[in-house]
Parts: sequence; structure tokens; C-alpha cells
Amino acid sequence: MTNVIEANVVSNVIKMKENTSNVIEVKDLKVHFEGSQGFLKDFFSKEKNTVRAVDGIDFVIKKGEIVSLVGESGCGKTTTGKALLRLVHQSDGEILFKGEPILKKDRREMKLFRQKAQMIFQDPYQSLNPRNVIIDIVAEPLTVNGLISSEQEKKERVIEALENAGLKPGERFLYKYPHELSGGQRQRIVIASALILNPEFIVADEPVSMLDASIRADILKLMVEQRDEKGISYLFITHDLSLAWLISDRIAIMYLGKIVEVGDAELIAGSCLHPYSKALVSVMPVPRKIKNRERTILQGETPNPSRIPTGCRFHPRCPVAFDRCKTEEPALKEVGVGHFVACHLV
Amino acid sequence: MSLLEVRDLKTYFHAKEGIVKAVDGVTFTLEEGEAIALVGESGCGKTTTALSITKLLPKEGHIAGGDVLFNGVDLAKISHEKMRRTRWNDISIVFQGAMNSLNPVMKVGDQIAEVIMLHKGSNYKEAMQKVKKLFELVEINSERMNQYPHEFSGGMKQRAMIAMALACDPKLIIGDEPTTALDVMVQAQILNLLEKLRKEMNMSMILITHDLSVMGETCDKAAIMYAGKIVELGSVEDILEKHVHPYTEKLVHSYPDIYGNREMISSIPGSPPNLLNPPTGCLFHPRCEFAIDECKLTEPVLREISSNHFVACHVRGGLI
Repeated sequence: MTNVIEANVVSNVIKMKENTSNVIEVKDLKVHFEGSQGFLKDFFSKEKNTVRAVDGIDFVIKKGEIVSLVGESGCGKTTTGKALLRLVHQSDGEILFKGEPILKKDRREMKLFRQKAQMIFQDPYQSLNPRNVIIDIVAEPLTVNGLISSEQEKKERVIEALENAGLKPGERFLYKYPHELSGGQRQRIVIASALILNPEFIVADEPVSMLDASIRADILKLMVEQRDEKGISYLFITHDLSLAWLISDRIAIMYLGKIVEVGDAELIAGSCLHPYSKALVSVMPVPRKIKNRERTILQGETPNPSRIPTGCRFHPRCPVAFDRCKTEEPALKEVGVGHFVACHLV
Repeated sequence: MSLLEVRDLKTYFHAKEGIVKAVDGVTFTLEEGEAIALVGESGCGKTTTALSITKLLPKEGHIAGGDVLFNGVDLAKISHEKMRRTRWNDISIVFQGAMNSLNPVMKVGDQIAEVIMLHKGSNYKEAMQKVKKLFELVEINSERMNQYPHEFSGGMKQRAMIAMALACDPKLIIGDEPTTALDVMVQAQILNLLEKLRKEMNMSMILITHDLSVMGETCDKAAIMYAGKIVELGSVEDILEKHVHPYTEKLVHSYPDIYGNREMISSIPGSPPNLLNPPTGCLFHPRCEFAIDECKLTEPVLREISSNHFVACHVRGGLI
């Protein structure tokens, strides 16, 4: 790397702040959980067992942009998504929604924020109340916010949302129960209820990982369509780098609570620089027989986030680590336009 | 003689509402040292096929017809007692949630030793020596033999389950979605391990998976299943690159190719048929864009269109 532009992330965030089209700005976000080590240890030991699930990350999501957060289990991607919607308590840092910190919002402002920012969960078999009919499930966000006046209006709004989510004709689904629908249809119901309040920002947490391959495409297309038509911004949380590459504008790779690389989706898939991202790309299954494919299979598994290694947290598994990596934590630095990498070797 | 020859296997389940033909006329062979992938979506009968081979079907299900010849012996016809001795010794199976099926209050090493003592008649000491070797084989530090399952990570538990499956040196190992609940990197480790062990021990393998993209690196051939039947059978290259059946084509295109063009993946309209009331003719015809009248009337049979590449399709099977 000859033209490495050494730039501090913080200064970059400040630069981006001038850009008003940022829907979400995250600055040095930390989410730590106090873990229990058992009654006696908790009582007598001064040492606390802190799980640093998210440990200082920065990123922005612009209007109409899909940003993917990719990483393995326990890397903190879901916790980040929840923190963005104030569903878990953030320990440090700042999250701005359209320029305003969400932590400072009072009850009334929070209610408005909840209408504008929605979440789609992973498992459509568990996220729908089995005792409610579809019309009540989809209309619930309207009812709790007191946004509908009549049964007729409720019906119209729900039919519209169902059809937006690709369930046509909407009338057919109104009085069905979740168990009467297939997995793909259930996930569409989840999306319909997320869309009914016309949100500006959606956190989609592994929205297709429970679905059969043959129906994943429909759900992903739906997300992209909503982005294109309504300018909705997404944080797409996934373990599947190839799906992230497929639909997102930018990809952030997370490892043990930190973003190790972030950049344009094509660039991350094609020419990423961080050893962890490279390894992830090299083992991505592809529907093709590639002769003598060079795969970097990392040894071991992601360490426990309550015992994060010193220096670069990836160094114990890194194939190219050297002495400096054990002691000094690399900062994210800009190596190309909008391409940031946290590695001493880059 | 092939190691395993499954001929016209039919496994039916008796439900309250009628008979479900979960596996309906499945035929394939497996040579020594060869690996085959059984691929399909939920409910296509891939796991039922494995359970039929190992005779582990739940009581509602039974083998209604066909043969399962293993080294020339028809497993479908032998007694349960005889089958019990065949399992572990000749055929073993690693299940999807296998890592959660370890006994939480028993040391991992002891659980594996138990299998060896029961099936090989060894004493505890001999068994533990074998366990030590197995741990090295699956790349777990053998000091961990005396640990409990909760001290293992998910990937390590799955390795221990593989060690257990290898305990009696079987000739055939069946992996039923062995990596589905694991992270990509751990998945790569486990698939790599299975590949290595298979080559070293000249084992045969049946890999059951819903994920078409994982078979490319581990298997020699693949069978695509739909609604209890094999619709296409061939080498992994045939299936991934020279597929002929419309279902295979759609399935392959529902996976993104990170080394190829960034094109939106495709989906298959509709849903798999209800096996209590299956459609007439080709079971895929209601979802097939190429279906002709013939497809609604008669069921296509598997036909060899080129060497060892079989397809069951009226339109593309080489007849019309």
C-alpha cells in the first residue's frame, strides 16, 4: 500500500457529520454486559467479568443505503443492531438518528423514533404471536400508537402493507393464523408489520437465515425494492458474506466487538485487505466447483468476549501476525476512498 | 459390487390424514471411498432416506419397498438386532444437532469409550487408548478427554461427535447437515476434516445438506431430491455446471457466486407439494415454467442423458 492515507476515524466521522443525509451515525459505540461468575466469586472478588460485546465501533448509514454487518456468532453484530434501536443499554459512545442522539430522547420523542426505526427478527416461527390473526399482528404498531380511527381504516392499511410485502391479494391473509402460513409468508408478515408505519430505518437481523434457499431471494428483493422506492435505510445483519455482497452498498466486517474492515460491498468481496476478511471470503461456499481453490481456514474459534486478547484481538488466529500485533491494537485507517482497515500490516 | 446400493427405496409414513410417501423410489449407488451429497429443501426426504438406510425411522414410518444393499446384504430385510450390530461398526451417522446430543453429566471421552466397549467388546483401558487416537484424528487436544461437554465449544462438540462416529472404524459415515448450526469458519474446518478423514481411512460418505454450495468441496457426486424423489443425479460438476432439470437449475441460481457477477439470486415460485395430496404427473410441474401437458399426466423416470448423469424430466430429459 503506497498511497495509504493515514486518517483518524474520529476526524472522518466529523467530516461526515456535515453531510445531512446520514440517517444513522455511530460514534465509538460500546455495549458491555456484566457477566456473573457465580455467587461466591461475585461476592468476594473485586474483578468483574465484563463481556465487551461491542467495543468501540464507528460507522454511518446514509439515506437509502443498505449497510451489512458481517461476522460470526458472538462478534457483536446483533447487539449493535439492538443498540441502534435502544433495545439494549449502550455503555459508551453516541448514536445519532438523523443528527439527534437517541439516548437523549424523552418518552414522547422516543415514541416517534420507534415509529421511524423498525426491526426485522431472524425467526418468523417465533416472532409472530400464534394466537393472533394476521390483521391484528400487522395492525398492532398502528393500534399501540393510536394511529387508526376505524375498523375500515385498519383493514385498508393492513391490506396495503401486506401487498407491499408481496402477499397478494392481501384480503386472503387477513384472518389467517401464523401457523397456516409457510416460512416465507411469515417473514413477509413480519416485514409488513415493520413497513406499516413507513419507517426510515430498518435493522434486519438475519432475515433469511431460517428460510429455504429457494425463497430467500424474494425477501431480499423486497428489501431492495423498499430501499429503491421509499429510500429506506437498512442495517443488514448477517453471517453470510455472499448475501451481504449481493444486496448491500457497503459491508462492515466485525470480529469480537470491533469493526476490522469497512468499505464498498464489491471491494470487500473482491479485494479486502484485513486477514480476517480475506479468510472469510476464501471459505465462502460457492455454487461452483473451483479447482484448487486456495482457502485460508483459520484455526480455533472466536475467543470469549469476556477475555479479549491483548493488542490486535485477532492476533491469536491471524496467519500473518507479528510481535507488534500482540501489544498494540491497530486503529481503523482509511486506505482508499471510504475503505477502512484495522491492521498493522495494511 | 458397490459398497452401498439403494434400489427403488420407498419409505412411507402413516399419518392420521393418510399415507405420506416421504421417500418414493430413490435409487443410487455409492462406491468405496466415494462421497455423495443428498441435496434438497426441507421436507424433500433427504433425512428420511438416511434414517431408512440406518433403520432409525420413527415408529410411524416404515420401508414399504426397495432394497438397501450394503456389501451385498439387504439392510431393509435384516432383523433389528442384526442392524444394531451394523450401526457404528459399519455405518455411523452424525446428526444436525449432534453437538447437543452429548450427555451433559458424562465426560466426553467416556461417552466415546462407551460406544467402543459396547460394539467392539474392548475393556475400558483399551477403549480409552482408542479415544485418545480418535481425539488426535479430529484435532482436539487429547487432554480434553476428561472434560465435560459444557467445556467444549460448538465446533469442538461437533468434532467429538465425529470422533464418536469413527470409533468403530465404519466403512460408511452419514452426515445429516453436520455443519448447519455452525459458523462459516467452523463449517470450513469440519468439512475439511471430514474430507481429510475420508481420504485417509478410505471411507464412503453420504452428506445430507440443504445447502447446495457446501457440497462442491467435499463430494464426488450429488443427488438433487424433490418431494421424495431424485430428480437429477450426477457428478458434482454435472449438477453445479451442467444441470439439466429445471429444479436443479433454479436451486443452483438461488445461491450467490461471490466470484461471479453480482446478480440477484432467483427464487422458485410456489412451495413444495403437500405429500398427503401430491400433484399428478411430475411432482414439480406446478412450479415449473417449462411444464407441458405431458408433465401433468405422466411421471418422468430417471434417464441417463450422459455418462452417469441422470435426469427425470419430460422436457429436458432428452426425449422431446
